Amino acid sequence: MLIRWMLWLLAGCLLGGIVHLVSVLVLPSTATQDAYSRLLPIAAVNTVAAVPQPSPQSEVMPFMDPAVALAICRYDLAAGPIKLSVPLSPAYTSVSFYTRRGIAYYAINDRAAGRRQIELQLMTAEQRSDLPEDEEVTAADRLIVESPSNTGLIVMKALAPEPGLMPAARAALSRAVCQTEPADAATR
Amino acid sequence: MRLLLGLLFALAVAAVIGLGTTWLALSQGAAFGAVTIGAWTAWPRSGTRDVDPYARATIARSGELPVASGDGVAFVARTDDDGKPLDGRCSVAITGTTPQARFWTLTLYDPQGRLIGNVVDRQGFTSEEIVRHADGSFEIVVAPRARPGNWLPTNGAVRYVLVLRLYDTPVGVATRAAREAPMPAVTESCS
Repeated sequence: MLIRWMLWLLAGCLLGGIVHLVSVLVLPSTATQDAYSRLLPIAAVNTVAAVPQPSPQSEVMPFMDPAVALAICRYDLAAGPIKLSVPLSPAYTSVSFYTRRGIAYYAINDRAAGRRQIELQLMTAEQRSDLPEDEEVTAADRLIVESPSNTGLIVMKALAPEPGLMPAARAALSRAVCQTEPADAATR
Repeated sequence: MRLLLGLLFALAVAAVIGLGTTWLALSQGAAFGAVTIGAWTAWPRSGTRDVDPYARATIARSGELPVASGDGVAFVARTDDDGKPLDGRCSVAITGTTPQARFWTLTLYDPQGRLIGNVVDRQGFTSEEIVRHADGSFEIVVAPRARPGNWLPTNGAVRYVLVLRLYDTPVGVATRAAREAPMPAVTESCS
């Protein structure tokens, strides 16, 4: 009699293990309060949106760095590749790329970019293979970032080394441009 | 009838164990690939495509954005070097140097990731702002009452979390030992 209940308990434990793994794996797809969902109300698609600085009274996401000015571009590559240009702020500028589910798949900062602004094109693998071969434009001239999926987040950061330099950092990000390229521009 | 009872029993056990352990794991912040140096812990893999499912679930639940690997790495301290939880009524000294990085920021949060208000409206320091000794080392005092030098107010919050973010740094997924990433010492003294 007891054996039977122990067997049911064992079955329950094994099933519990499966429930545990499935719930952990499924959670990111069902999360309603993940970073992307929190940024949805303040960001239109394929355009740069400034994220308000965090304060003790309000913050868009937890654990935001108060010394960093943040702007995002919620991208959708269904309409075509995205051209991104981010002016460099005096101290530190970085651009990070996340999938819709919050996986950071690429990041670049001002030191790696090397010029007065960070300029790149974002496209899917399919769009990249559709690019015409152009012998005049070498790989070094254009930085192409490949997105694993159609939708995701571009996060632009400008560090303010002290609070008085925050307006300059925010001003640099406000001049960033994130937009879908018209189809013929991609052949240039 | 007994079959049905047994089945229901097994399903109940499965639900309790399955969902209970998930909730436990995520609220404790379970994730693999942690790099712990002294009081500081980082999960550099959570800024890459190799992020493990537990870290992904924790991040999705909290709503934070992990620092991408090419941007930097974030170290979190919830206790001092001896394991005592950081208490805002006590005085915590952060002394030493940081690993090599172009910039870093040290920010104080409550355990849920909110900034804590205080009279001087300071929630953190950057590497450019702090006063250093001649050899480049520094001391930051995290305490409820004002101190000379680098003072980070806690406003008496009972529990808090310190996040040290290194921007543009060689520290990352490959970091294993303290000598590659000398983190500042964290010492708490309650009197």
